[in-house]
Amino acid sequence: MRTRSGRLRRALGNLGFGLAVLTLVSPALMVFLWMLSLSLKNELDNTAWPPVFIPDPPTLDNYRDVFARNDFLLYAWNSVVVSFSATFAALALGVPAGYGIAKMRSTRAAALILIARITPGLSYLIPLFLMFQWLELTGTLLPIVIAHLVITVPIVVWVMISFFEGLPPELEEAALVDGATIWQAFRHVAMPLARPGITVATILAFIFSWNNFVFAMVLAGRETRTLPVAVNNMLTFEQISWGPLSAAALLVTLPVLLLTLLAQRQIVAGLTAGGVKGA
Amino acid sequence: MTREAALLEQPVAAATAPRRRNYARHYAWFVVPAAAVIVAVIIFPWLFTVYVSAFDWRLGGERRFLGLGNYEALFTDARFGWAVLRTLFYTVLAVAAPMVFGIAAALAFHRKFPLRGLARTVFILPMMATPVAVALVWTMMFHPQLGVLNWLLMQLGLPPSMWVYAADTVIPTLVLVEVWHWTPLVMLLILGGLASLPVDPYEAAKIDGASAWQAFRHITLPLLAPFIVVALIIRTIDALKAFDTIYVITQGGPGQASETINIFLYLQAFAFYNVGYASAVVVVFFAIIMALAALLLWTRSRVRFT
Repeated sequence: MRTRSGRLRRALGNLGFGLAVLTLVSPALMVFLWMLSLSLKNELDNTAWPPVFIPDPPTLDNYRDVFARNDFLLYAWNSVVVSFSATFAALALGVPAGYGIAKMRSTRAAALILIARITPGLSYLIPLFLMFQWLELTGTLLPIVIAHLVITVPIVVWVMISFFEGLPPELEEAALVDGATIWQAFRHVAMPLARPGITVATILAFIFSWNNFVFAMVLAGRETRTLPVAVNNMLTFEQISWGPLSAAALLVTLPVLLLTLLAQRQIVAGLTAGGVKGA
Repeated sequence: MTREAALLEQPVAAATAPRRRNYARHYAWFVVPAAAVIVAVIIFPWLFTVYVSAFDWRLGGERRFLGLGNYEALFTDARFGWAVLRTLFYTVLAVAAPMVFGIAAALAFHRKFPLRGLARTVFILPMMATPVAVALVWTMMFHPQLGVLNWLLMQLGLPPSMWVYAADTVIPTLVLVEVWHWTPLVMLLILGGLASLPVDPYEAAKIDGASAWQAFRHITLPLLAPFIVVALIIRTIDALKAFDTIYVITQGGPGQASETINIFLYLQAFAFYNVGYASAVVVVFFAIIMALAALLLWTRSRVRFT
């Protein structure tokens, strides 16, 4: 009798726990599913009351609309150029810097990176805007790439400091004793060992650059908008056409969502290590 | 403990190891290129902002030296005062709720259960999603007549809400989006803490016949305290800085009902082209953020969870 009631209680406990997990996960799931549902329905169903949940039949018209009416491909290309450039530049600068800071144990440099992370992104925009105007760079993608370095460089440096600090120093010391220069010790010993860290830094820098809105909103002209800016402009001009808007929003965030699903472990490792988030 | 926690704890420049001093100057060369870029795009903007804040500086127009004039104007600007109060209100809500839900979620994800990896991935998706894209979907869901959220309220037998379209509900509604967006980060930070807790105290407590709640209250919570404070600091800073979702969903409206410091700053700089005044806002805003972060650090050294 005792075991049976114990088993029952455990089953009830498991059921309750399962429901709790479902409650935790459902808000995330619901919003993305609703986004998908809106993007696959025609305008009549999207504004129906009570709401239509399952698209019947699903239509790809909204996606066709997005590609046909706007310069969506141009903006997608802009986003790709900006995010890749800002990420690669940040890696080239930030991986050696993270190594140097870790080796020197420079708390001051690390604190500076932390303060850069604390400062609101918007506050960099006034000086950068004035600077780019003065340099007559407005109207190209270059100012946007440079502004995105404000996000990507601190992320890469921050993640790399903690990874290089976690490496055992003996291997590099052995290389130095064998006559390697410190650059060689970095390039051929430390960097290969820190490859998982570089992966984490790359993914996080790319995602936060791709997601950034405010820099491009201020710095971009008509031809140089990135995807978040372009999709926000769709709302301003097409308040009621929910289908194309949802389709565009989903296309903008899809690369990031797929990257998260694929690299879930690295992202979790990187974020728990430092709590980094874009400016 | 996370790096950030360790760094926040020790006084700056206390831990320079003397062991490899002869190499230190060589290692400095690794930092030079990044330092040059950081000076150009981060430190120069900081200093230039302070400089611009001393002028009546219009974008594409005149500039006139004011000294501290912009700051004087700012402290008597009722619109800015309301923006500060709104920001604090928003921050309190947008810190408290994600902390509670994030800790609860971390405790759940710390247990082993089938499909845990998948559930955790789905749970962190909001945090990684493009804020603008997500904000647009929320905007559609908040629609008072056709939005799916009011339909949900009706199904629950509750009266419909105006959500972001009424002054008295707009900030709690925007906080709802923020909670949805950033609870996962709190969860991850706390989960990292839970993973590092020792097992022994729990076994001892079990032998002594402690209940699950007692174990949580007297073992987990005190051991977790440093992680909770780090999450609290990060969340506070991020909540103060919130911009994308607020700007996309309401642009500070209706009227000025959701105009936080960041929105006020944006409007001054890039809608009214008043960059001198906006730069003064940046300086004051930065001071507020640093003051709150320092306050939390101070609290951390005082409060014990036992």
